[in-house]
Formats: sequence, C-alpha cells, structure tokens
Amino acid sequence: MSEALNQQALASYRNNFLREVEEKVEEGEWVKMCMQCGVCAGSCPFGPHWEHSPQKIFMMIRAGKREEVLQSDSMWMCTSCYNCVVRCPRQLPITQIMHGLASYAHRLGLAPKEQPTRHFSALFWNNCTQTGRVNELKLTLGLYFKDGLVSGIKKAWALRNIGLSMLLAKRLNPFEILKGHECQDKAGIQRMLKKAHEIEARHRGLNG
Amino acid sequence: MAKKEYAFYPGCSSQLKGSASNYLVSVDSMCKTLDVKLTQIPDWNCCGASIGYAESGELPRHVMNARNFALAEKHLPGQDVVATCAACWLNAKESKEKLASNQTLRNDANEALKEVGLQYEGKSAMRHMVEVLIEDFGYDELKKPVVKSLEGIKFAGYVGCQTNRPFGINGESFENPVYLDKLVESVGGEAVTSYDQKVTCCGGALAFSEPDKSQKQIKDIVESAYDHGAEMIVTPCPLCQANVEIYQGEVNKKYGTKFNMPVLYYSQLMSVAYGGSTKAAGLDGQVIRAKKLEEIAVKVIKK
Repeated sequence: MSEALNQQALASYRNNFLREVEEKVEEGEWVKMCMQCGVCAGSCPFGPHWEHSPQKIFMMIRAGKREEVLQSDSMWMCTSCYNCVVRCPRQLPITQIMHGLASYAHRLGLAPKEQPTRHFSALFWNNCTQTGRVNELKLTLGLYFKDGLVSGIKKAWALRNIGLSMLLAKRLNPFEILKGHECQDKAGIQRMLKKAHEIEARHRGLNG
Repeated sequence: MAKKEYAFYPGCSSQLKGSASNYLVSVDSMCKTLDVKLTQIPDWNCCGASIGYAESGELPRHVMNARNFALAEKHLPGQDVVATCAACWLNAKESKEKLASNQTLRNDANEALKEVGLQYEGKSAMRHMVEVLIEDFGYDELKKPVVKSLEGIKFAGYVGCQTNRPFGINGESFENPVYLDKLVESVGGEAVTSYDQKVTCCGGALAFSEPDKSQKQIKDIVESAYDHGAEMIVTPCPLCQANVEIYQGEVNKKYGTKFNMPVLYYSQLMSVAYGGSTKAAGLDGQVIRAKKLEEIAVKVIKK
C-alpha cells in the first residue's frame, strides 16, 4: 500500500514537491513562508544530532529534493520541545510540520527503516489507541524487545535498576502485562478512530 | 472562599501505579486543602501525546481529544477541563484551537464522534493545574493555608517545555518563566532564580528511543541545579519528572558524576507546606527520596 501511495504521489506531482507537501502534509502550506533565518536550527536541543535543520529541510522541499527530505532522519529527532515554534519570526508551526513530514514519509514507506523514534512513535500510537489509555509496561517492553528476544533481555538487564526502583516506588505495575488501565468504551474508540482515518484519507487523497 | 469545581483530566501516567501516580496523590492532597473538587471526566482517553505522530495523522489525533471534551461537556457542563500533565494539556489545547479555527475539521471530528454517540461543541476551556493555582487563587491566596514553611530548602524550578511552549502560562516569557519560582516562594521555599536550565528539553519521549542524546540533556539540567546551589528540582511535568529523576543513575555511569538530586512536583511542595504527610504528598513515590521534605512532613505542628 505504501509503495502504491508513493507511485501515485510521484505521478500526480511530478517535480513539484512543494505542492505535494502543501497538499499532503499537516501544516505543509506554511513551508513556503520560511525566510531561511536559521533561528530554528540554533534552537533545537538535538541540533548536534541531525543532518538537516528545519531551515534546510524547508529549502530542500522548495528545491524539489523529495527523496533526500523524506528519507532524512532529521524529522525523527524532534523532541516536541516547541522551541523553534516560539522563536520563529514568521511563527511557522515548525514542530507540527516536522511531525507531519515524518508521518508522511512513514506512510509512504520512505522513512529510514531502523530509525528508533519512528519505531517508538508507531508503538506509542498503537499502544494508546488499543484500549484508549497507555499501557506503560507494554510500551517499555515493546521498545526493549524491538530487535528480538536476546537483545531485549540485554537491554532490560542493563536498565534493571530503573525498573526495580520504579517498582519499589509503586510507579510500575508488573501485572499490566496481563491487563492495564483501559477505557470502558474501547470498542467505540476503535470505531471512532477508524472513521477518522477514513475521513482523513479521503481529504488528503491517501487511499492507496 | 466557595468550593471550586473542575472537570478533571488526569492522564495516563497519573493512574494507579503509573509512572506519575504520586503526582495525582499530591494533587488530591493539595486540592483538599484548597477546597477544590476535581471530578474525573468519565471514561477519558489518552491525548495521543506528542510522540504518536507517525501513525496518528491529524484528524484521529484531534478526535481523541475531542472525545474527552465532548464527554466533559455532556457530563460536567459548565466546568473548565483541568489537566495536571503538561502533554495532556498541550495536546488537548492544541486540538481545541484547531477545531475552533477550522470548520471542516470540526465537522469531520463530529462525524467520527457519531460512532461513539458524542458531539463536540468546544464550550469547555482547557486549563493546566498551575493556571488554576495562579489565576483562580493567586500567589497570596496560596500562602494562606501554609502551616509548615519550606524555609531553608533551595529549589531549582525546572519548568521544561510543554507547560511553557508553544502556549505557555499567561503573562510568562518563553525564555524565563517565573511562575514556578513564585510557587516555591509562596510555600516558603527558596527559589534558585539563577538556575539557567529551567526551560531546557529533557528529551521528552526520545529519552526512550534516543537514550544517549536525552541523557546529555538530563545531565545539563541536573548539573546546573547543583552548580547553582539547589538541593532539589521541582517541575510541573510528569515526563520531565520521570526523565530527570530516574536516569540520574545512568548519567552517573556514563559521565562519572555523582548525581542524587530529588525531583519533585510543585503539588508535593504545596501538600507538605499545607500539612500533608509523607504519604499524602506522594513522597514515598520518589525514586530519589527527598529527605529534607520528608523531615518537614513528619514534624508535628504546634498550635
């Protein structure tokens, strides 16, 4: 499905990646407003860790560098601190655009495969929407065991002191593995979200 | 003063045996003293947090928050919705703004909400607990119930990101918000106003997926608190609290530091100052125990 979506987008936008972003990406219509001042680049807490600052990503979008943008791991470095948003002289919703680009790249199957935050982000949404509330234990274990059993046990062992101290402080419940907190109307929440995804796909033309 | 009532949105981490369960315990204790009645929104759901974006899309994320508002409007009409979690507050507030400014989005949200027999009207205001304290009470009013001053304890007010940006608390600056320092002072504590990491990001959800990068942030946050003479860190955000407290051991291993600094919620300070016990203030939920606060909590008040 993601490959079909990608081919569809390539065919309909040809070389106009800016227009593709404006129509397909949440808050994408703001990208053209960037004046390339670089305040966002200097404000990002994970600045030393990405290849492309938001400022660069915006310029690359305008230059039509579709693959480089969608395959970049920079958007996945966003900690949602909103520093760039409050400092941007043009008040662009940069955090939301970064999330939107990451989400779009994920849907098209172009985002970096082994990106840990990409994995965690999908894990989190699936975790919290399953019952309507986050199951913190399953979320943590899902992260530790993403690369298999052996690596998971190693990670859990390395961080055993944290787990134990949380258990002693009564801030972790081992029985959540069986059943955690959940909404009564979890079936309704599933229906509601299915509907919301359908409506959104219709509006953004994302029916692959 | 008359009893104040709010529709309460506690959020996932505040639940029993959740990572911020002691936050809720201390909030309950604080609210009892202030004569605040918090009624949980029946069957509230997760806000989707900031990290769910890979698969959440735009509308599903807003619909999650719209459901909570719709439930509050139906069951607790006329009451402001109050969150204690910074992320719950931010995400709900963002959804509310988006739904207010975009008719199409609002219609879409209501179409999805029909599946659960609810309707979003956008009537309830979205507020954080610190807004309730500052705006509905005010610092002077918050001083009145203090029976045990936290005199002599130095607190670094670590505001973090999500109660501060992008919305922030009314009248505060993004770069140097002072509300937390003022709350500390209102219960007699000493606020370390020169603390320079008060709005630094702790890594947020990336503390899980990018531990090394986030632990560098946490190191800066704790180190600066020590450098400025603080004995404890205080914060309004459950994720800030957990990240900055529980990873200090990992930071020590990596950087050879000897960090052991308690990280508290503002509500725990208030609970103790208002006469709450160690248990009522949730101090037994600390991974790094706040000994000086516990000593105050067990003191018997002489009348």
